[in-house]
Amino acid sequence: MEFTTALLLATFVLSVGALFIFIWSMSQGLFGDGGTAAQEIFNTNEMGSTDDPSATKTQQEGLQKAVGFTDSSKPESNDEIEARIEADKSSSLVVGICLTLSVMWLVLASIAGLISSIKLHSPDWLVQYGWLTFGRIRPIHLNLVAYGWCSLSGIGVALWLIPRLLKTKLVGANYAIVGGAIWSIGVFLGAVAIATGNSAGLEWLEFPWQISMLLVIAGGLVGFPLWLTLLKRKVDHLYVSVWYIAAGLLWFPALYLIANIPGLHFGVQQATMNWWFGHNVLGLWFTPLALAASYYFIPKVIGEPIYSYNLSLVGFWSLAFFYAQVGGHHLIGGPVPTWLITISIVQSVMMLIPVIAVAVNQHMTVIKNFRALYYSPTLRFIVLGMIMYTAASVQGSMEALRSVNAITHFTHYTVAHAHLGLYAFYSMVMFGAIYFIMPRVMNWEWPYPKLISLHFWLALIGFATYFIFLSIGGWLQGLAMLDAAKPFMESVAITLPYLEARSIGGGLMTLGHLVFGFHFFAMGWKRGPTRLGATLFADTPFLLNLQKKFTKHV
Amino acid sequence: MSKNSSYWQMDEIRIVAGAMVILGFATGLLVLAPYLLLKDVEPPKGLKPYTAEQLLGRGQYIANGCIYCHSQQPRDASLAPDAKRGWGRAPVAGDYVYDSPHLMGTMRTGPDLFNIGARQPSKDWQLGHLYQPRAYTPGSIMPSYPYLFEVKKASEVKEGDEVINLPPAFAKKDEVVVAKPEALQLVNYLLSLDHTYPVKTLE
Repeated sequence: MEFTTALLLATFVLSVGALFIFIWSMSQGLFGDGGTAAQEIFNTNEMGSTDDPSATKTQQEGLQKAVGFTDSSKPESNDEIEARIEADKSSSLVVGICLTLSVMWLVLASIAGLISSIKLHSPDWLVQYGWLTFGRIRPIHLNLVAYGWCSLSGIGVALWLIPRLLKTKLVGANYAIVGGAIWSIGVFLGAVAIATGNSAGLEWLEFPWQISMLLVIAGGLVGFPLWLTLLKRKVDHLYVSVWYIAAGLLWFPALYLIANIPGLHFGVQQATMNWWFGHNVLGLWFTPLALAASYYFIPKVIGEPIYSYNLSLVGFWSLAFFYAQVGGHHLIGGPVPTWLITISIVQSVMMLIPVIAVAVNQHMTVIKNFRALYYSPTLRFIVLGMIMYTAASVQGSMEALRSVNAITHFTHYTVAHAHLGLYAFYSMVMFGAIYFIMPRVMNWEWPYPKLISLHFWLALIGFATYFIFLSIGGWLQGLAMLDAAKPFMESVAITLPYLEARSIGGGLMTLGHLVFGFHFFAMGWKRGPTRLGATLFADTPFLLNLQKKFTKHV
Repeated sequence: MSKNSSYWQMDEIRIVAGAMVILGFATGLLVLAPYLLLKDVEPPKGLKPYTAEQLLGRGQYIANGCIYCHSQQPRDASLAPDAKRGWGRAPVAGDYVYDSPHLMGTMRTGPDLFNIGARQPSKDWQLGHLYQPRAYTPGSIMPSYPYLFEVKKASEVKEGDEVINLPPAFAKKDEVVVAKPEALQLVNYLLSLDHTYPVKTLE
């Protein structure tokens, strides 16, 4: 037997073996008692009560009706509610800062993306200045999206979840404020470096290493509050969201540090490192943050624990194990050791396990309460995002197969796939989370509820246009390139109408972000109809008093 | 704190240890193993190191983001008809010994450039094509790069200026287009991309 085949077989056996050990150990209770841990996100007697601070009063009533009425004879404990308000208060400043920065990056990143998109079908547009050339504005778009919008929104959401999940005040928020500031400075300097032609030249790693180190330090700093708060936790079990957040906050600095060590990587080895990083930043940084959010908000909004807690841990460990090794599928057909690529293809297909685990778990929780989507803005964004997570992951596994990869590699199809992951999945989940969180952070309702709907539909229709047309265009491009009888230029010409349609989709998405940004800042300046202030927790006199007391502190 | 006092049973320990072991394993496979396997790879005999001027041009290739549309890795005949398009044989690790950062690329919005120096060895063509791709390839969606050139009156041309010869339909009346050093460096690099020398493959 050849070395390659032997290794391939060994990986496969090892992977499946490891998975079974995990499943067995879970059935032995080695990973904590499942049932109670799933309920850890609720206060006593809270299950059955829906919660969506972004919903209007009518929507909230509809939402509660959609999932059934609560048992009002067993009210929630006032102490627990007060503790939760205190927990929210402890994180509000740092969360507000991170989310505000992330929304600013989102708007800038969208504009950069739209310019790049238009340039692909209007190649003589805005060519006079170097910093606006396609080869610079496109990586600026990618980096602002990945490290500006996605990372900072994910960090903000994670920091807000930590005190809620550990049922205590956030400790050491100041570390994260400093971290968030350094992070943003790093993103700004990195974008300037690309614009001025000082890119490091690797995809996803364009920032020069000196600037990247700022992100490594900042990434470490934003994790501090988690570790400090864990020491003071008041819960027995760590909810699965904490697992994802903790692992993600460990993984990112490690990944980014190794990837940026100057003078170490070279030639083909650097290419394997490049895609080890490029895929792990998605799988071990963004995905855990969004899964952490969805595992909290879906059951929280509906008022019902997730379907199976054990399944969520299978999902966690199998994601970590398989995802970490999939990067090589970006180099199929390249001058890379065959065994490496084969391992990555196998693990890419194995990724179906964590994806199905997450999908079953979350969608089973949603499907019983499908009407809740109609009433809850948060749920609408997050559930859409989670459906897209399943879609993006299954598509990703397929794209790793050699036969499919031969067509899609090197084409716009891959770009569409990337947006299915980072936009339709990740960003949608973050939008939903931000709509839930900000009323608690600002102690103020969303001033114009209709803008939430407008944002949702612009994002959805814009994305659908973007994805469908670009996928078709990319597929045709790939087929044309494989046909030796066709000159290369045919693979270019065939994509043009699809590239134009992509710009229309991208334009709608950008418009949606402008609406979102406007609404976000309108809330920041406490615009809109004056109400008591914060979205109500409930209508009891105790809570009204509590809320008044709380509002004075803000 | 949990009723389980043993450290091993603490969720925190499991998460940190598990997360790091898994990442370490993947890093070993995808970063460390290739490092050990490839660090002693010898360059093929026909491959020359870059000259200083070519390296500057390589810097321009990076600065202007050519990799976002061009790959430098023809695929094997079993996967794609790249060789028939004149893009060359499938590469081996040794072909990239002098490349840092690697510029293999992930997109083919434009053609593969692994052998562009051999395929299109005309400096004039390369310069003119950078100034206005559509003057040479109708339907091209490559950006034009006017900022790498200077447009001057014919009378202002100095000695040593590299005046580019545009096709008549694109030439300007009283003005000429002169390449800036950046454009010359970039073309120098592009012309150096010639990997047509023979290599030993495993078979």
